[in-house]
Amino acid sequence: MIGGEFDLSIGSLIGLSSMSVTLLTVEAGISMPLSALITLILILSIGYLNGITVVKSGLPSFIITLGSLFIVRGITIAVSKIITGRTQIGGIKSSNGYQSMSSVFSNHLTIAGTDFPISIFWWMLFGVLGYFLLKHTQLGNWIFATGASQESAKLMGIPIQKVKISLFMLTAFCSWFIAITQVTTFGGADVLRGEQKEFVAIIAVVIGGTLLTGGYGSIIGAMIGALIFGIVKQGIIFAGVDADWFQVFMGVMLVSAVLVNGAFRKKYAQG
Amino acid sequence: MLRDSNQIVLKNIYKNFGNVKALKNVSMTTDSGKINCILGDNGAGKSTLVNIISGVFPADKGEYRINNKTVEFLNPHEAISAGISTVYQSLAIIPIMNIYRNFFLGNEPLNNEYFKIIDKGFAIETTIKELKKFDINIEDPKRLAGTLSGGERQLLAIARALYFGAKILILDEPTSALGVKESNKVVEQIFLLKEQNINVILVSHNIDQAFILGDKFFIIKNGEMVGHFDKLETSAKSLRTILEK
Repeated sequence: MIGGEFDLSIGSLIGLSSMSVTLLTVEAGISMPLSALITLILILSIGYLNGITVVKSGLPSFIITLGSLFIVRGITIAVSKIITGRTQIGGIKSSNGYQSMSSVFSNHLTIAGTDFPISIFWWMLFGVLGYFLLKHTQLGNWIFATGASQESAKLMGIPIQKVKISLFMLTAFCSWFIAITQVTTFGGADVLRGEQKEFVAIIAVVIGGTLLTGGYGSIIGAMIGALIFGIVKQGIIFAGVDADWFQVFMGVMLVSAVLVNGAFRKKYAQG
Repeated sequence: MLRDSNQIVLKNIYKNFGNVKALKNVSMTTDSGKINCILGDNGAGKSTLVNIISGVFPADKGEYRINNKTVEFLNPHEAISAGISTVYQSLAIIPIMNIYRNFFLGNEPLNNEYFKIIDKGFAIETTIKELKKFDINIEDPKRLAGTLSGGERQLLAIARALYFGAKILILDEPTSALGVKESNKVVEQIFLLKEQNINVILVSHNIDQAFILGDKFFIIKNGEMVGHFDKLETSAKSLRTILEK
């Protein structure tokens, strides 16, 4: 979103990844690490297709990736039904290579007597990597510039098409990663995995201060946004409030955040 | 810093867009250490001429020489490599990005080639130093460029072009969006570019201001060069008479 584009297909890519890994492992008998790798290649190609369609057509990524959301989700459901007749598949825990995959993606670490899922550390690692990429590298600078003003970025010789395509591939990669942690945690796949995750991602990022118009935002902000989302979701039950109010609260947060971000942009965009 | 001399010669340039004859038989010569003004109304062909010089598109017919060598630029990058920089009205400055990142936009200095890590210390220091040359004192280049005044932004774009090796500098209506005070600040600095032996090509429709600044004047009307003068041969009044005739 800092690069000026949306990727609404991430939720459906999570579903496809989890299904693909599980089908390849359980039905085709390929070892799990290998099927994860094959799936990664498939997912990255879809990310590439998203990117190239957006940059070549010049149409809003919102619409293009909304289309791929439905295409990918539809294919996932249809193919799973054709092959297995079901939309949920389990049994991956007894498969070849599951142990090594699960130790990387869904292990638990015990620190000071408390059990932490390893995904928390992955989350932090990706946070740090993302922060470093955006704030300290040339590519990071190009991402900000592309999102803020394509024309200016182009005039200064930045390859905006390459930047955008690689970002779509990066979001696709992240979907794959989430899917792998889910498959190893739950020991199976569901075609509906990742449903509405695209909205969660946008909410977290916007609450974290990223402009909808692109060009401004931070990873730390998005991480805080995600934390707020998670804490409220869990906390609202402990606080004794009916969980139905969660959606209302998130909606209000989202709109307030957009208003504040918009005011900021207005102040500086014109000088 | 004194830069080497560069002469641009355009001879009998023609350019059509479909049926529209944007430029007809245009010739001009500009030299280093001079401010060469291209004057004309909106739609007269100034932008077409600038775009040919800066490599956005080639002429249909005619000759384009730099230092007596015929050149043919396929894109603006080739022109920039040849030392021709253009500061467009849009400036290519991003308001919601900080000042030093704007200064090095697309040309980030790296302290690690492999991971492409930006050398921030160098970038910040250089930005402060280069802007000081234009009488802009920025204590904190981490401020957003949107906090700069219009004139300062214009000078930031000029300073950037010079830092990256511009010897021929095209300024497209540099003061049209500015108030009087800001405009004077910019004009003063453009005048000083002559001391660095820059070949300045100033595109303007503000005749009074161009006359104060300029050494040479080229007047374009309906795609034709209707006159070119040295400063001593003419006056703001006679330039206006030709332009408005």
